Amino acid sequence: MTQTAQPAEGHQQHPLTVYLWIWLLLFVLSAFSYMVDYFHVQGMLRWTLIIVFMLLKAGLIVAIFMHMAWERLALKFTILLPPLCLLVLIGFMAIEGDYTFLTRGAAFVR
Amino acid sequence: MAHHDHAAALPPLKQVAADYAADKQAFPVPWGKAMMWIFLVSDTFIFTCFLTGYMNVRISTMDSWPNPSQVFGLHLFGTEVPLLLIAIMTFVLITSSGTMALAVNYGYRKDRRNTVLLLCATAALGAMFVGMQAFEWTKLIMEGVRPWENPWGAPQFGSAFFMITGFHGCHVTGGVIYLLVTARRVASGFYDRKGTYETVEVAGLYWHFVDLVWVFIFAFFYLW
Repeated sequence: MTQTAQPAEGHQQHPLTVYLWIWLLLFVLSAFSYMVDYFHVQGMLRWTLIIVFMLLKAGLIVAIFMHMAWERLALKFTILLPPLCLLVLIGFMAIEGDYTFLTRGAAFVR
Repeated sequence: MAHHDHAAALPPLKQVAADYAADKQAFPVPWGKAMMWIFLVSDTFIFTCFLTGYMNVRISTMDSWPNPSQVFGLHLFGTEVPLLLIAIMTFVLITSSGTMALAVNYGYRKDRRNTVLLLCATAALGAMFVGMQAFEWTKLIMEGVRPWENPWGAPQFGSAFFMITGFHGCHVTGGVIYLLVTARRVASGFYDRKGTYETVEVAGLYWHFVDLVWVFIFAFFYLW
């Protein structure tokens, strides 16, 4: 994606076509994720498709529109690594939610 | 303890000031951009906490979760179109992200007129998004959705919905104001005198982030 010469520090000047292509791609991906719902795709396939389209869209926005792809590695690390610890929170809360659900089942459905 | 550099010999608070004010820079980007990125990281944590809380109550509830596809469907021309309003809102926000990216691009070309026009277009699309969200909230409140109850199932649906979309809507509203202030500054020639339009890119970072958060809300709250 980044054959363009490294721009001057902190200066993000890229050809207009890059933005227009990404813009179009975001439209197409959004249409795909809406279609997942419109055509009632269910189960594992639905969740997989939702996550894939979501990550593709998020990646394009951060990398191209927010220029992260052209930033230096130190800034990429500083911004993109700390949110990874949120995965721990999500994991714990999923386990905790399952536990609460089972406890409620044991307590109320007897 | 014999070999100190001169900063260590200063009284503690002077030393802190000397360290923070020292002439060193970690990231070779405009300071506003670094600060905006750090703010956005903190905002990422806030929105993730909301979405994680939503995930937790949705997993743990004993009642069935209301089907968002129907709840957010619109009745048009005698047929029920699932999730229509949300789909339109998604496209409006993505369109605004595109115009924002172009505004930043024209800013770096020092094209004042087009930058202002594109910033105003972005703000207008953002305002349109907030308007549709107000319509959606009104519709749901009329149908009896409250933070503690709703007609279709798990009572946690309402609190998750109002918290997550409300907080995001506040971000969009703030962003519209931010963009209009920036557009006014561009129009006044402020950045031409300053010699750089990088502040437009900083505003763009915030706006793209608002779109980014919507990508996650759309996937996890509306489609899941």
